[in-house]
Amino acid sequence: MIEVRDLVKRYGDTTAVDHLSFTVEPGRITGFLGPNGAGKSTTMRLILGLDRPTSGSSLIDGKPYRDLPDPLRYVGALLEARAVHPGRTAFNHLLYLAQTQGVPKSRVNEVLALVGLDTVAKKRTKGFSLGMGQRLGIAAALLGDPKLLILDEPVNGLDPEGIVWIRNLMKTLAAEGRTIFVSSHLMNEMAVTADHVVVIGRGKLIADTDIEDFISQFSQHVVLVRTPQPEELTRAVTALGGEVTARSDGALMVSGAEAPKIGEAAARDGIVLHELSPQRASLEEAFMELTKADVEFHAPDGQWAVQPPGQPPTPVQDAVSGSLAAKALGGDDVR
Amino acid sequence: MTSTTITGYDQVAALPEPKGRAGFGGALRSEWTKIRSVRSTVWTLGTAILLTVGISALGNWGRANHSGATTAQLAHEDLIQRSMFGIILGQLVMVVFGALAITSEYSTGMIRTSLSVQPRRMHPFWAKLLVISALAFVVGEVISFASFLIDSSFWRGKGVALSLSSPHAMQAVIGGGLYLAGSAILAFGLGAMLRHTAGAITSGVGLLFVVTILASFLPDNWQNHVNKWLPFNAGGQVWATQHVPGSDLGAWTGFGVFMIYGAVAVVFGALLFKKRDA
Repeated sequence: MIEVRDLVKRYGDTTAVDHLSFTVEPGRITGFLGPNGAGKSTTMRLILGLDRPTSGSSLIDGKPYRDLPDPLRYVGALLEARAVHPGRTAFNHLLYLAQTQGVPKSRVNEVLALVGLDTVAKKRTKGFSLGMGQRLGIAAALLGDPKLLILDEPVNGLDPEGIVWIRNLMKTLAAEGRTIFVSSHLMNEMAVTADHVVVIGRGKLIADTDIEDFISQFSQHVVLVRTPQPEELTRAVTALGGEVTARSDGALMVSGAEAPKIGEAAARDGIVLHELSPQRASLEEAFMELTKADVEFHAPDGQWAVQPPGQPPTPVQDAVSGSLAAKALGGDDVR
Repeated sequence: MTSTTITGYDQVAALPEPKGRAGFGGALRSEWTKIRSVRSTVWTLGTAILLTVGISALGNWGRANHSGATTAQLAHEDLIQRSMFGIILGQLVMVVFGALAITSEYSTGMIRTSLSVQPRRMHPFWAKLLVISALAFVVGEVISFASFLIDSSFWRGKGVALSLSSPHAMQAVIGGGLYLAGSAILAFGLGAMLRHTAGAITSGVGLLFVVTILASFLPDNWQNHVNKWLPFNAGGQVWATQHVPGSDLGAWTGFGVFMIYGAVAVVFGALLFKKRDA
């Protein structure tokens, strides 16, 4: 079990983690969701004792990480960046980790076979693809047969086969009663993997809930209808208690009424329908809606621009001409 | 390359219940694996041997066979120190070795992997220092003994009897290896402080080499007070057999001063290594 209590991490003026508290329970997969830059990796580094918190604490089964007698055999961690010396072989990378706490050499070969890297065990990791690097990281995390796994974006760079594999692996490990804490910025990935989600934005907790509740809470049901008689249909649907909004292409989006009811009402009133299709607002959209206010960088009109919170997106051109104007006016970076 | 066979976790045997603590012994084995499994170790130490022994041999062969100095004149010179003068360059390669041992962990991001399995950070720190010091010492002794044994034969050909039993020869030849190990330790401490390969190497070379050159531009009466305390001049006494009273420290006093520089760098490095975010 991981307990995060009122955790704060500041880097200068930036608050990466802002009074975060949550618990990761054993026997299930807890997804750690947030847009890029939300503070997921920082939180994981704080849990692993790599960074010192500004205040607050995190405990592994009641103990600070640095007091665990043999961390490798208790917690397996996969960090986001590939933290490997490119000139060392995969085997030696795992060997030096194993040796820190008496994990036998045979185990190194076992985990290499498990992740499918046994044929390249004696190759320097320099030539590894992103996916192979990720598999090596997963092998390192499993080296000590840990009770608890902390995985930062494990599916990054994996091919579809690898994604299914890591998903099944996490499910197997959770079913054995282990604690799995896995971060992702992809809601859809978590929807099929996690049992529970902790959602953060700008270092703050947004949601800490069961995945089913999260999905039903944040996805709305809408039905798309095309008809040559929009006025009649709107009347019929409103009578059912539904709400209609017209789209610019002429389609009607109906919420608050199920597709069969709309069809039956149309038949009864003799309204011609060209299309009647239930739409499920994607979970990804729900997640983006939820974290919209907390994303550090937006891309208005397909261009990147820094957006201060609570202000409309600034197109890139304006930002550039703004700084040029500042220079022309003798801003402080000119002289 | 990525489409490889995938097996289930149930095919990996569970490990026995862990017993004991991750401690210093494991850290030592781990650090030895780290240092022997990268090419830069072979490259730097191999270069240190070839460069130092080679330059020393070339210089001593030249002076023994192609200079007008008489045997009587040569007998007054510190030919034992001269036989190892390639150390002036070899120390710079040792700086690269010592610095890389720790800065490569930062440049590759590997430090986060290392410290996440060893949260009690002083274990990997002292284990790494011990491993690189031992290795640098062994290689340093190979260098100093090889240089002396090869080059003293040139001088014997010139009629100057030199052997390991000559006065202070043993101290100077062992001292040559010690000095090289000390250079690696100094660079290791700088590497731990700066966490940056180029920065650590530059400051190491600066301390051992550039400072010595700059000091030679000081007025003479200043130099008498300053020079003997500089790292190269102080440490250099341990691989010399002649010391000028007043302007040189003794062999072991000098080496002690040299090691204080290294110790200061290592202690600051350790404090920062322990405190800083990885």
